[in-house]
Amino acid sequence: MSNFKEFTKGLIKENPTLVGLLGMCPTLAVTTTAINGLGMGLATTFVLLGSNIVISLLKNVIPKSVKLPCYIVIIAGFVTLIEMLMKGYLPDLYKSLGTFLSLITVNCIILGRAEMFASKNKVIPSIMDALGMGLGFTLALTIMASVREIFGAGAWFGIKIPYIQSLTLFILPAGGFFVLGCVIAAVNKLSDKKPPQEIGCSSCPSRESCSSCQSEGGAK
Amino acid sequence: MKGIFAIMLAALLTDNFVLSKFMGICPFLGVSKKASSSLGMGAAVTFVMVCASVVTYPIYHFILDPLGITYLRTIAFILIIALFVQLVETALKKLMPPLYNALGVYLPLITTNCAVLGLTILNIDNEYTFGQSVINAFFSGIGFLMVLLIFSGVRSRVEEADVPETFKGVPATLIAAAILSLSFIGFSGLGN
Repeated sequence: MSNFKEFTKGLIKENPTLVGLLGMCPTLAVTTTAINGLGMGLATTFVLLGSNIVISLLKNVIPKSVKLPCYIVIIAGFVTLIEMLMKGYLPDLYKSLGTFLSLITVNCIILGRAEMFASKNKVIPSIMDALGMGLGFTLALTIMASVREIFGAGAWFGIKIPYIQSLTLFILPAGGFFVLGCVIAAVNKLSDKKPPQEIGCSSCPSRESCSSCQSEGGAK
Repeated sequence: MKGIFAIMLAALLTDNFVLSKFMGICPFLGVSKKASSSLGMGAAVTFVMVCASVVTYPIYHFILDPLGITYLRTIAFILIIALFVQLVETALKKLMPPLYNALGVYLPLITTNCAVLGLTILNIDNEYTFGQSVINAFFSGIGFLMVLLIFSGVRSRVEEADVPETFKGVPATLIAAAILSLSFIGFSGLGN
């Protein structure tokens, strides 16, 4: 039962993108079409799952002083794996995601879950946590991408929708910021919660190990 | 082969890292509250970007490429950047305390800043020469600094503005960023 809870918390209540405000770069950059958003989300989920499993297995082996470099190498290894797999089997998606596929390495959601969850928990809960967070991220990306594709290109998953006047603005970078702002506002409205006031150290996953945050007085 | 001037213009305005490539959004939203911290972060990023592209170029072209293991570049580059940030931090602390005091706090954040890793990978993908890579790195960093600085000004106004309750905080900031990004579209076409 508690494992199931680890899974569901990432989907909505602690959604890493819309509530935690993490992983903003891919959220804005690749969400021009729904299929890109979905692909990016699933690729990130794969890396998150792999790194969470390995890190939770190795948590007693990795010395504390070098844990961040160790985590980064493990994550980069899985990123390389998904890059090669995607290049082989889904070349079109590989091309449209481009650099951002390699940049999964520095996605703060993955490092954040490694630091905050996998390094403190057993394998099974870590798997559940990775799946929940990964699918939550995928969900957020797909919503963002659907809005942008429907209004920007008049299509959804590449299928043309009749009677929709396409507005190129939504596909442009400016549209990304705009739609993300509106989606976060909508989530705030629906969840009836005080909107997040800042993106600062309070939401940063590595605040415990980050010296700059501690020297600036820590999380607000 | 692109001219130096074209690379410079693209890095600064038309292909700005933050507003059109969407790299380094976290520091863009997190650190841009005050002009002074924007300057510090921007300078630190520029510094690390130039150093990282100086180091990764020979490693890619003289080690990874001849050995046929270019697929390891993500791992190699992120390790180099992490190592380098650590090195710079230690060196600055010992050798130049005033500079360390100004930039030091931003350095650890740069390891996981996608702009630096993104830049080194883009340099390779665009097949830039050594000189072009360094110029691209320098001006991308300056472009990053410039946008952070502009946005810190915008933000101080947005915070005082009377926005609807649901949009307060992050959503309003993002929409202000959208307008700034829209104004940068005006520069597109300059590079041609």
